[in-house]
Amino acid sequence: MSHAALVPAIYGLLAEFDTPTELVEASKAAHAAGYRKIDAYSPFPIEEASEAIGYRKTTVPLIVLVGGILGGLSGFGLQYWINVIAYPLNIGGKPYNSWPAFIVPTFEMTILFAGLAGVLGMFALNGLPMPYHPLFNVDRFSAATRDKFFLAVEAADPKFDMQDTHRFLESLNPLTISEVPH
Amino acid sequence: MAEGPDNRTALLEEPPVLAPGQTFDSVTDQIADAVLTRPIGLGWLAGLAVGMGFLALLGMAISYLLIRGVGIWGINIPIGWGFAIINFVWWIGIGHAGTLISAILLLLKQSWRNSINRFAEAMTLFAVACAGMFPLLHMGRPWLGYWMFPYPNSMGVWPQFRSPLVWDVFAVSTYATISAVFWFVGLVPDFATMREKAKHPYTKQIYGILALGWRGSARHWKRYEALYILLAGLATPLVLSVHTVVSFDFAVALMPGWHTTIFPPYFVAGAIYSGFAMVLVLAIPIRHYYGLENMITMRHLQNAAKVMLATGLIVAYGYFFETFIAFYSGSTYERFMMQNRWFGQYAVFYWLLILLNILIPQVLWVPKLRSNTKVLFLISTVILAGMWLERFVIIVTSLSRDFLPSSWGHYTPTRWDYATYAGTLGFFAVAIFIFIRIMPAISIFEMRMLLPEAEVKSK
Repeated sequence: MSHAALVPAIYGLLAEFDTPTELVEASKAAHAAGYRKIDAYSPFPIEEASEAIGYRKTTVPLIVLVGGILGGLSGFGLQYWINVIAYPLNIGGKPYNSWPAFIVPTFEMTILFAGLAGVLGMFALNGLPMPYHPLFNVDRFSAATRDKFFLAVEAADPKFDMQDTHRFLESLNPLTISEVPH
Repeated sequence: MAEGPDNRTALLEEPPVLAPGQTFDSVTDQIADAVLTRPIGLGWLAGLAVGMGFLALLGMAISYLLIRGVGIWGINIPIGWGFAIINFVWWIGIGHAGTLISAILLLLKQSWRNSINRFAEAMTLFAVACAGMFPLLHMGRPWLGYWMFPYPNSMGVWPQFRSPLVWDVFAVSTYATISAVFWFVGLVPDFATMREKAKHPYTKQIYGILALGWRGSARHWKRYEALYILLAGLATPLVLSVHTVVSFDFAVALMPGWHTTIFPPYFVAGAIYSGFAMVLVLAIPIRHYYGLENMITMRHLQNAAKVMLATGLIVAYGYFFETFIAFYSGSTYERFMMQNRWFGQYAVFYWLLILLNILIPQVLWVPKLRSNTKVLFLISTVILAGMWLERFVIIVTSLSRDFLPSSWGHYTPTRWDYATYAGTLGFFAVAIFIFIRIMPAISIFEMRMLLPEAEVKSK
């Protein structure tokens, strides 16, 4: 079965920790040991954790900016096209292009597009919604949204070796180490 | 007792944001169990039943309105706005405190907000829903409400973007959308907690779908945090713009008593004033009946009281300057408008407004009264009534006495006006009652962040 040889038998190894400090230390150690396909899991955001696994920059702000610019342009463009080209009306002798009056909808459209682009972008970059993930096969992992902290080393990492990685994770003094089946 | 920056003045000890002795476990269980394992109580059922009764009244009022038209209301010419617009402005103002708490206080790093932002955001959503009903019903033919939006149509007509009423459509619909997504984004990690905690397979599945497969990855959290702070940054100017645009509905018109530049700031302050009053009206019973005194502490209630005191003073300043400018302007119509408010046919409402909105809330200066939940609850209802009267005075006194005595009029609300208003209160109550039963009313993951053990200690 050549197919089975290509797909690693397991998703990876999962080490459980009791405190955020231990998780951050362990993540730093794993990154320093050369592991790159690692991820830290915690029940609340820990700024240091994403830095420790080597993830520093996110493109979410750029998506929000682009969304906002597109929203502003389309908001103003819509009003200009309607009130100047498609359906010009003389309202109290004001010019067709009464730009000061168009600022409010332009502003609202900027916020609307920026916000929606950001939310959709954040979920898309996170690959959510994702109903199934191998980590959910590990019973202990339910504590990741509660009170425990986890470090996963994926089998897809070139440095991953069942015995070596297991020994490395043991050296970090975790509460438990679990194999994550697919 | 702590000491001030000069080491001499003693600072009053502030109550803690979170009562001591909590852990990740206890915080999670306390909030989630209120939804998952707590049996349905009689008090909750009774409250829901009362709300449902008023909701049924709303259904009746709307049905009759659709059959007979807006003539069943007390509105007439010249007073074409009446209860519908009073209630619209009142409800949308109440919503503003939710956004202030969730967005502005987040940007200002006021972490005490973490235990009240969730239900304050829910309050915003439900209040905006109530607000949105009124202009829609007031149009007379609500089924044509989509005509307000620009879309290519066979009639070949388009909205007129120089009108504040069209701005309002954009402001309120954007506000409703952004508030909803902000609320949902905040709920996703908590839905994941609920998914893991739920015992019943159906419950697990429903929360699982809502959680979108959230698993708390550090990469996800990083993007999440970046977005959350940006959404807060977007919602902050948005919330200020919404009540500003609502005030433009008045200020851009030439009506005496409406046509003033002070309207935008004083409308925004008034919105936050009434919004915090509603937050307290909801928070005080919820923390009592759900035993959440250790999470929604006296600190929160006192801070809310201080915000009310501050915004109330801005509102008072607004009233004062309205009066001053009416006389200083030298405009006969402005001066008459003010005298009419003081001594005209609706004078009793003006003086009641000053009493409820300005004078009575001054008792909040007294720390002892500020830390008494019963007094706070009472003052909050007084403020809510006062802010409703403010909109009544602005709309009805101005419209009933405009430039020409030949077009003066009188406004008397009918039973259908009262029924629609009471009905939206019922809608709001039902929505809140259902919300606290099916969703974590306090943000669980943000409460975990308040715990000392959440801190990463450097070695």
